[in-house]
Amino acid sequence: MVAKKKTAKSKVKTSVNKSSRNSADSMNVSSRAKKPFSLKPNIPPGPISEKWEKHKFNLKLVTPANKRKFEIIVVGSGLAGASSAATLAELGYNVKCFCYQDSPRRAHSIAAQGGINAAKNYQNDGDSVYRLFYDTVKGGDYRSREANVYRLAQVSVDIIDQCSAQGVPFAREYGGLLANRSFGGAQVSRTFYARGQTGQQLLLGAYSALNRQIGLGKVKMHCRTEMLDIVLVNGHAKGIVVRDMVTGKISRHSAHAVVLATGGYGNAFFLSTNAKGCNVTATFRAYKRGAGFANPCYTQIHPTCIPVSGSHQSKLTLMSESLRNDGRVWVPKDKKVAEKIRRGELKPSDVSEENRDYYLESKYPSFGNLVPRDLASRNAKEVCDEGRGVVASGLGVYLDFTDAIERLGENTVRERYGNLFDMYEKITGTNAYQNPMTIYPAVHYTMGGLWVDYNLMSNLPGLFAIGEANFSDHGANRLGASALMQGLADGYFVLPYTIGQYLAEIGEGDRPSLDDPAFISVQDEVECRINTMLSIKGERTPTSFHRELGQIMWDKCGMERNKTQLQEAIKLIPRLRQEFWSNLKIPGENASLNQSLERAGRVADFLEFGELMCRDALQREESCGGHFRSEHQTTEGEAKRNDDDFSYVSAWEYMGENKNPKLHKEPLKYEEVKMTQRNYK
Amino acid sequence: MPLVSNILSSSLGQKYLMALSGVGLFGFIVVHMLGNLTILAGPSAINEYAAKLHSMGPLLWIARIGLLGMAGVHIWAAVRLTRDNRKARSVQYEGVVDPVDRHRKSKIVSTYASRTMIYSGLIIAAFALFHIAHFTWKIPQINGVEVDFETFYVYEVSAGSDQVAYLTPLPDGVGKEGENAVDVYKMLTTGFKVWWVSIFYVIAVGLLCIHLSHGLSAMFQSLGLKTKAYEKWIDHFACATGWLLFGGYASVPVSILLGIIP
Amino acid sequence: MNLTLKVWRQENADDPGHFEVYMAQDISPDMSFLEMLDIVNEYIIADDGEPIAFDSDCREGICGACSMVINGVPHGGQQGTTACQLHMRHFCSGDTVTIEPWRATAFPVHRDLIVDRTSFERIQQAGGFISVRTGSVPDANATLVPKGDADLAMDAAQCIGCGACVAACKNASAMLFVAAKVSHLSLVPQGQPERERRAIAMVKQMDKEGFGNCTVTGACEAVCPKEISIDFIGRLNREYGRAILKKGNA
Repeated sequence: MVAKKKTAKSKVKTSVNKSSRNSADSMNVSSRAKKPFSLKPNIPPGPISEKWEKHKFNLKLVTPANKRKFEIIVVGSGLAGASSAATLAELGYNVKCFCYQDSPRRAHSIAAQGGINAAKNYQNDGDSVYRLFYDTVKGGDYRSREANVYRLAQVSVDIIDQCSAQGVPFAREYGGLLANRSFGGAQVSRTFYARGQTGQQLLLGAYSALNRQIGLGKVKMHCRTEMLDIVLVNGHAKGIVVRDMVTGKISRHSAHAVVLATGGYGNAFFLSTNAKGCNVTATFRAYKRGAGFANPCYTQIHPTCIPVSGSHQSKLTLMSESLRNDGRVWVPKDKKVAEKIRRGELKPSDVSEENRDYYLESKYPSFGNLVPRDLASRNAKEVCDEGRGVVASGLGVYLDFTDAIERLGENTVRERYGNLFDMYEKITGTNAYQNPMTIYPAVHYTMGGLWVDYNLMSNLPGLFAIGEANFSDHGANRLGASALMQGLADGYFVLPYTIGQYLAEIGEGDRPSLDDPAFISVQDEVECRINTMLSIKGERTPTSFHRELGQIMWDKCGMERNKTQLQEAIKLIPRLRQEFWSNLKIPGENASLNQSLERAGRVADFLEFGELMCRDALQREESCGGHFRSEHQTTEGEAKRNDDDFSYVSAWEYMGENKNPKLHKEPLKYEEVKMTQRNYK
Repeated sequence: MPLVSNILSSSLGQKYLMALSGVGLFGFIVVHMLGNLTILAGPSAINEYAAKLHSMGPLLWIARIGLLGMAGVHIWAAVRLTRDNRKARSVQYEGVVDPVDRHRKSKIVSTYASRTMIYSGLIIAAFALFHIAHFTWKIPQINGVEVDFETFYVYEVSAGSDQVAYLTPLPDGVGKEGENAVDVYKMLTTGFKVWWVSIFYVIAVGLLCIHLSHGLSAMFQSLGLKTKAYEKWIDHFACATGWLLFGGYASVPVSILLGIIP
Repeated sequence: MNLTLKVWRQENADDPGHFEVYMAQDISPDMSFLEMLDIVNEYIIADDGEPIAFDSDCREGICGACSMVINGVPHGGQQGTTACQLHMRHFCSGDTVTIEPWRATAFPVHRDLIVDRTSFERIQQAGGFISVRTGSVPDANATLVPKGDADLAMDAAQCIGCGACVAACKNASAMLFVAAKVSHLSLVPQGQPERERRAIAMVKQMDKEGFGNCTVTGACEAVCPKEISIDFIGRLNREYGRAILKKGNA
């Protein structure tokens, strides 16, 4: 045993040496023209309602004949990636699109259930672009950029037209008009939906547009291909290095511009509602090459997920929030009763009415079970921390439909939520018509992402980030049915315009050859990193590291954070990272389909990124939206914002291996919306 | 002609040809059975029916060529499609489907008829050849009796009580193929007295009816005429038709073998 | 519970492949089938073996990545359930479970249980779309879609493209997949201008990919995790016939 430990230690040293040498190499290459880190939001002047129109006019154009001389790389094929790749190709650009799945259609946008917001005012209930803008800014707890949000609300109406024309089978009324439903955080019905599979249908629409362009030869699709690094030439993003996940071949791709549409980083928590493959690698690699990472601590926790059933759990499943319309949330008042329930000695029906604590209804009489996501989540955690949780693990509360079934009849409940009840039974084996459901919050969406300006370009010229991969529109908290809207807005209607400005500026000649030293050196680094991981030959699998990291993140940087815990996490994560680089075990080799290797690469990045999240959470000494610092709450336990000191976007600059990242601030100015404290009592 | 090439070259086109030729063959099979059943009305009825059929001359030949063509198309499409199917799925599963699955409403295991279409079809084709050789070409070597059916002819017109039309045989060696009416009744009763011939016929028509019980409903599907609303009706129709045809066809050899028809 | 797993192992497309037997021990009935495989894989890695490669992503039954034949049935035989949503409580301790990849010539095996489904991609690229340029569209409510048509289109559009229909079919026919896409787009008014072209192009590509033909056995419908009706195959047959009659020149 002793001998083993020693070898492990020596391995640490070699790996650290290697990687530090690598970053030194990259510094040399990129420092040829390294520009100082600067955050210029480039928000156009003028009244908010005219900014986008004017900006579109002022943007430089690439003439149609010249467009085909430009090459654009799009990484990711979800709503944002597929829609932008298709639209750019329609415009005439040559597009290369990459995704790690075997088909663009499998991107995790497909799992979105609820719907997509648009300020169509089809219901004649007083909706408008301004109202959607206002609701989104307010919902984001005043931490988003006004101009971006206004533009989002403006183009939201075009999205519905576009998707409908693609044949997306939105729900219809008998007259043939589009149907709407209402969603949390809004007082109007502006959500368009396709049963409980809106994300799927919208993605299939974008995917069909993408397919059309692939068929026409304008998009070259690379499936089962994972982006492992980004290449900067003279400070501009000019290409990527990827790994073919079937053959293991590492290859370089150059372009005039690179678009990252790689989604969120919820899997830093290991357990989340994200797909197993979702990862931070693309955006994190961009960060390590100099892109600013904005607001990494903003994560949204969804209150109605199926609780963890054991240590084997690989992911969490979300059930639509609409369940809270009719279900009542409760736990036993007495800790001892809860203990008995956990041991299976008592059934929920054995608990009499006066012994139940309908904590949301009693605490928030006017909103009751329909309080916003963050409140519902935090309160569930609170009662479980008190020892009143009801599933075996102690982390679960009841969502009870007994009253709804009595009031409406089982058939009505079945009509409204039948598919969710079925899904619940499939996963838990429990019939929720007879027994109350159990739910617990889970990580769902990440509002943070690469810092981008009004043109969706990061601080690295030529590098664009769209969809969940950027940070701009949701502030500290995202409203329901807004993620789909933002992904498609960026992909269909914003990026295709704004990227033209950059391309027109650089001209068609500015595309380096693949033999440029910058490309060669990045490929070397990527290969070296893979070889290092393979050569460790330690004892622990990538998944076990990921699980451990997830536990740290959830415990210390989850629904509720505080200074001590965050500081602990910032100590624990580097230790885990060190163990990773000395005790990792990856069977097999690079030159074949190797899922352990894929996982290891992603976990390696999460192990660095998790620390960044904690650092961001630590510096934000306030509570806002998805970020709740227990030190900063009102006497009633509500989130307390500090607008004077923290009304800014935090953007982190990578300073090098084992160095603390540097915080930059983009101040947020609210000219249209007046900042107020949320109140849901 | 793009239409023709679309039909001939596409899998769906070949399925249409299969279905349409199947419709034609099915029509023939129904008419043929009704003709057979005239035997129940007595010897003169079936002989008269046969003679009238034969007197149609060129029309008969058109029908025969048409039938042959349809059978040819049916077999051609079947062989091509089967070849494609085999190529498309060359490896079978090792795992065994558990037929007792209380959660599953519909069966995953396909029906016996649907899995064996190509075999039942090819056997039927072989049987059809035998059948033609047996009763049309009247090859004496295969009929299992010591007589030649080529000698069974009857008078077509009544010339008094000793020469009843379609009943009284012509004297041996007088009748001529194509000129005189065949004594179908005598041919059948003689032919089906041979037990193995009868059993072979019954088995063959059994296969034919199994083939049809799936083929008929698949035909509706291939032509896009089957929907959930009518699915049950179509399946019941196909199944019932299969049984009816089996009854109709098998009744003749069985009755003869059992002596119900003298 | 303890299970015996008989799993197809194949290193790459050229390897002939073979079955290997693994023991899955202390499996909780609350695990999903894929979580059970995750655990088995951790043990295999601990024993210095190579883990079983299988596709999965969303693990909530919508992405269509997971693809394995469990005891002879694609996705394992729970009605309307993908392998990732199949839970171990449907198995009994002591069971032997056979796990194989999708079997079809048009889905060659990449490794172990992972198959190459790009043939589906090419079918979609051939015509599974409505040709609209971004921004060049009328207001969404300018085109009325009768509720019944929208609902039926949605029934078809639910397809997750997993390929279970092909895997279950004795002829490895992709008819249900193609039918779902053609039906969805031909049922909505927006899809009318390209209706014939689409049906002809998609069927042509389907044939080219080497899928078999529909012999109406109904196995596809029985295993479809989205329970897409075989009715749509009838509709495709109708669509194609209509298309070649109306537009023989495509």
